[in-house]
Amino acid sequence: MQMPVANAAIVARRAAIVARLRQAVPDAVIDDPAETRAYECDALSAYRCPPLAVVLPADTAQVATVLRICHEEGVPVVPRGAGTSLAGGAMPTADAVVIGLSRMTALLQVDLTDRLIRVQAGRTNLSVTQAVEGQGFFYAPDPSSQLACAIGGNIAMNSGGAHCLKYGVTTNNLLGVTLVLMDGSVVELGGPMGEAPGLDLLGVVCGSEGQLGIVTEATLRILPRPAGARPALIAFDSSETAGACVAAIIRAGILPVAIEFMDRPCIRATEAFANAGYPDCEALLIVEVEGTAPEIDEQMALIRQIAQGFAPLEFRESRSEDESRRIWLGRKSAFGAMGQINDYMCLDGTIPVSALPQVLGGIAELSRRFGLDVANVFHAGDGNMHPLILYDANAPGELQRCEDMGAEILKLCVRVGGCLTGEHGVGVEKRELMTEQFSDIDLEAQMRVKDVFDHAWLLNPAKVFPLAISAPRRQGTADAA
Amino acid sequence: MRPETEAELAQIIRETRVPLSVTGGGSRLRPDEGQGQRLETTGLSGVVLYEPAALTVVVRAGTLLQDLQQILASEGQMLAFEPDLRPGSTIGGVAASNSSGPRRVLVGACRDAMLGVRFVDGRGQVISNGGRVMKNVTGYDLVKLMAGSRGTLGVLSEIALRTAPLPPCAVTLALPGLDAAAALPALTAALSGPFDVSGAGWLPDAGVLLRLEGLPVSVRERRRALTDRLAPFGSLIESDAALWPRLVPRMAQGDLWRVICRPSEAPALLAHLPQVLAMDWGGALIWADLPAGQAPDLPPWSGHATRVTGDHAMTLPATAPLVARLNDSLRRRFDPRALFQGGA
Repeated sequence: MQMPVANAAIVARRAAIVARLRQAVPDAVIDDPAETRAYECDALSAYRCPPLAVVLPADTAQVATVLRICHEEGVPVVPRGAGTSLAGGAMPTADAVVIGLSRMTALLQVDLTDRLIRVQAGRTNLSVTQAVEGQGFFYAPDPSSQLACAIGGNIAMNSGGAHCLKYGVTTNNLLGVTLVLMDGSVVELGGPMGEAPGLDLLGVVCGSEGQLGIVTEATLRILPRPAGARPALIAFDSSETAGACVAAIIRAGILPVAIEFMDRPCIRATEAFANAGYPDCEALLIVEVEGTAPEIDEQMALIRQIAQGFAPLEFRESRSEDESRRIWLGRKSAFGAMGQINDYMCLDGTIPVSALPQVLGGIAELSRRFGLDVANVFHAGDGNMHPLILYDANAPGELQRCEDMGAEILKLCVRVGGCLTGEHGVGVEKRELMTEQFSDIDLEAQMRVKDVFDHAWLLNPAKVFPLAISAPRRQGTADAA
Repeated sequence: MRPETEAELAQIIRETRVPLSVTGGGSRLRPDEGQGQRLETTGLSGVVLYEPAALTVVVRAGTLLQDLQQILASEGQMLAFEPDLRPGSTIGGVAASNSSGPRRVLVGACRDAMLGVRFVDGRGQVISNGGRVMKNVTGYDLVKLMAGSRGTLGVLSEIALRTAPLPPCAVTLALPGLDAAAALPALTAALSGPFDVSGAGWLPDAGVLLRLEGLPVSVRERRRALTDRLAPFGSLIESDAALWPRLVPRMAQGDLWRVICRPSEAPALLAHLPQVLAMDWGGALIWADLPAGQAPDLPPWSGHATRVTGDHAMTLPATAPLVARLNDSLRRRFDPRALFQGGA
């Protein structure tokens, strides 16, 4: 992983910059190398770097103060939610100040008439739902890291989750944000229904990986909690058949809240780890539907009828809370289970559902060519693949081989009409692959947006765009567009 | 001018020396728009790719909305966001105006169903963004920036959209006799429970309108539960699906205004809007008829009001200076010669 060389002039002024920050926000600055260690990386822990300093502000005003100072000093800033990014989106450089949102967890407003909740951006995803579930509501986007991840990070990455087939991702559930720009100015974006006159600035801020501003407060849409939910587990003798069944369910006009897919290597590892009682099969689907009991019965009957057409090895419809829990247990333990047996790299490419058999075949072929095993687990309803490439981190050269193979899989996703990342983001990880999906003109158009919000390219600068392409802007040598 | 290909469109834009007025069918123009030389996109038409099993369709921007809806219906599908049908309306115009119907309360706006775009910017460059898959966080989401941008950043040439299954069963229900203010708590009650209401509006002559869609048993179940929940407001009767298009009024005696608010703010706004033609989105969208040329005297609220018909454009309250600056800077970057902003 190549990162730009830290600006030596900034590193040399470290003491003065820290002193200035400390004077402005006395109890919020961390510069002891032992304490900044925790901020050297996010959940992509293979890559790390100690930051210049870390600041943990308490509110929008403090974020604005810190950004103003960094702007004046020409210091890059890396925003950080809870550090659960899997693409190195919050990875610092040695000349950068990390602004962490971990102290900004306040619940600011709950309004049931308008069906919205306003929170500080450091609040965790799950605690948003917990704040309103007593009144029969929930916040829909549910990334797997929802216990730990922060709403601000969710907005930066436009996070999704297992239930987005029905409820959409963050951008579809975000009504407004308070955004602090790099120069310290504060702006409110969005409004009722997420709409504001003029351009949809909220829409472009969401998913911009912390490069346009720092979100300090967010207004989120909350939804009435469904009466109930029930999963079914459907086992197949081939991945292709499972994929065809997914297409048939969607084609039939049923919109389950989730359709999850696991293949044999993943099922085996999960069974050894969590013992969920999954059948012995090549591939399985977990299909969940919602509603009252009669509504669920009606949808399940249709799904069963469709699945029968694909001669499933087993159709296991949950009959109790405990059975539902066990059906989900394996899927939810999949990543941990794989980690128990091996080092792995988790990919995140998305494909049109119709290309599923072709892509699964292609992955198997790459697996043979590179000599690395792959386990597949993914959100089948929306085509978001999570191939896990297994490798041995201690074997010389194996990480590189794994990365090369990962790049080939992502290129395959793009070739069949998909994209490089469905939910994890580009970060530092997939930066150099962006030219697979976009032309230079396409990337230039995106970079123009950053020029407008952060003309000196100080916010999270070496992410998202290939380093060579963004270099003139980061180094201040680009022509004024 | 009426280009037949994206390349031709790009060439026209590169070579033009006069401001352009980009239109599809010209059916959604607002005051002050459409003053430049007419550039029609209707030559860029046709479905590029339709995958019913992936719930996606990729279509050229000048395709007639009606034609697209017919193609989707032949596969038992529809556009999820329910744009209102106008004669000559194109899908590009729908996207550029982010036209989103009653179903927005359940499935979101046009922008939420837009998966990818191709467009030609003011420099004549062809730009692609997004894709044709539902989940995509690769780079910045310029798709949202284009949705509702009313042709001020570039000319859409192609749009990838999410489709939805046509519901096998649908029922329109009404609570007649409620005035606009009395309708609001009933709408809120309907949207605050697990009923999956796919339309929640109000018309002066029909009262509260609610819609349930889905599988037959499911619709019956939810209808029963909703009837119980709304009992304090009256008895829910079956009504006419033909009423839904009327929630998007097109004409007024004076000027037609579109007011966006939080439903909790609607009562205060209603008190200042003498002639309310319709409410949609559970009270978050109010359509009002105001004397021609006059600006309404509205109390402070968190939304905005836009004049949709009349002699001149107007939006209240004035956009915050910093937001206005961001808007202007973005427009300048994508359209440095101000080709698309001649009159707007």
